[in-house]
Amino acid sequence: MNTRWTAWLAWILLGIAALAALAPLYWMISGSFKLQEDAMQMPPEWFPQHPTLQNYTKLFASGSLWSGRRPALRWLVNSLLVAISVSFSAVATSALAGYALAKKRFRGRLVVFWAVVATMMLPRQVSLMPLYLLIVRLGWVDSYAALIAPYLCFPFGIFLVRQFMEQMPDEMIAAARIDGAGEWRIFWYIVLPMARPALGAVAIFSFMGAWNEYLWQLIVTNRPEMFTLPVGVSKLVSTLTSFDLGLAMAGATVAFLPMLAVFVMFQRYFVKGISVGALKG
Amino acid sequence: MIRLRPLGSDAGLSGWLFLLPAGVPFAVFVLWPLFHGLAISFFDVRLSEMEFIGLANYRRLITDESFHYAVWNTCCFVVLVVPTVWLFSLGVAAIVFPLGRVAHSFFRFAFYVPVIAGSVCLAMVWLWIFDDQYGLLNYICGDLLGVEVDWLGRTDTALPSLAVVVISWSLGQPIIIFLAALGGIPTQLHEAAAIDGAGPLRRFWYVTLPLLRPASLFVLVTQTLGVFQVFVVVLLLTVNGGPAHATRTVVYGMYETAFTPPYDFDYAAAQGTLLLVILSMVAIMQFRLLGRQSGWK
Repeated sequence: MNTRWTAWLAWILLGIAALAALAPLYWMISGSFKLQEDAMQMPPEWFPQHPTLQNYTKLFASGSLWSGRRPALRWLVNSLLVAISVSFSAVATSALAGYALAKKRFRGRLVVFWAVVATMMLPRQVSLMPLYLLIVRLGWVDSYAALIAPYLCFPFGIFLVRQFMEQMPDEMIAAARIDGAGEWRIFWYIVLPMARPALGAVAIFSFMGAWNEYLWQLIVTNRPEMFTLPVGVSKLVSTLTSFDLGLAMAGATVAFLPMLAVFVMFQRYFVKGISVGALKG
Repeated sequence: MIRLRPLGSDAGLSGWLFLLPAGVPFAVFVLWPLFHGLAISFFDVRLSEMEFIGLANYRRLITDESFHYAVWNTCCFVVLVVPTVWLFSLGVAAIVFPLGRVAHSFFRFAFYVPVIAGSVCLAMVWLWIFDDQYGLLNYICGDLLGVEVDWLGRTDTALPSLAVVVISWSLGQPIIIFLAALGGIPTQLHEAAAIDGAGPLRRFWYVTLPLLRPASLFVLVTQTLGVFQVFVVVLLLTVNGGPAHATRTVVYGMYETAFTPPYDFDYAAAQGTLLLVILSMVAIMQFRLLGRQSGWK
């Protein structure tokens, strides 16, 4: 068989599959520019005939931006605040703990490592109730603390950093120590700069995890001002049978675009993080 | 003055100090809830007092019909989603791989974007696509096949429809993993097989596939763990896991037990503990299989 011909066939087949994967997102974004009657039209409009920003103005400009029943701008700020805090602290705690587990020899090291690996595998949902009860007892319902605190430590991040640092040469650290560098200086000036790819991956994955988290944010927030974007957007649909399609799609688009921007900017860290976690192991 | 210290003399203390910032939140928000969850599943938790009830919650699980539905449906999700994702992502990776770097980044991007979008955004769109009157799917089906289906409203189509949604946002990661794994296979092996007269299909079956085993196992097990958590599609695309319990899953059941009246926390905690046991078994299986394959330490 002709190789050029098969390459063309491969491109076409894959192109169709990729289009199918991206079609819902196209439908979401194009739907956000449609009026309700255009959105419900049959046959459907493949491209908005009367594109309008009305859904976005409705989402952001109805009532107050900051409080009230549907403060969408506040949801965006909440989501950003939570995702950035979670990502920042995940990088910090993972770097420190990953370094200890990779390069320090102390009693109990293996036990800690296995605890990290075990919890990394298990979804948070298994301890949803006790975690929620803890938050209630701390009086943190409807607070940023409830949204952020359970994610301060990121077991997958610790694992990723540990695996990465394991491959660093011990000689660099030993040389610095002979030169008289203290523990903190070694960590800050020698270890951290070398670990940058792993830390980038941790930052990205923790950010995405927090941005797209839903169940936890749903149960610890009751007041609309404390909703994050996924929670707020999901509540734009009040009933299954009748909902404002354009408005829901506008909300979903607002939730999608910031994450897309982060992904486009840091794509190589995603690829690296996923393959390191799976293959280097 | 040069201070010479024996290497790693204070490693014990400094090791624990480096662990501390992660260790405190880990202990409070990860470990403690795991054990506390196990504990409260043996109690009847009310607003003011707690009463020890032993295994009553677990006995209730055995007779609770809606929980049986949840377990059955979750297993159906695993059976529908996991092999499909494995097969499809392996196929895409195998076809993309020979096409070169541009194709790699393009298709990696295309299939990872739904992962980026997150479950809520996609659930909202699919709710519209599946709509029996205004949905894209019924328009296409009505046009091509002449049948219109109430996808989410029928007991036989609701769960497979949700499975399609879950599959659509599960492909990105396995494709990246398989592409990376394919890149790690030495080309000499394929050349040697080709010299021995093996065609492309035989080379894939006898050379590529065995070498992809660690990656395949990783994909299969992470997907299984992921699918056990199916929740968002059930909450947002169906009415209370309906129609007639056809889409209720374990995590959805847990949510409903605890956060809708009568707010039965201890019973939900028992469900969570059972889920923990099942998932631990899956994770242990992964270690036994993967540990041998790829030298995990």
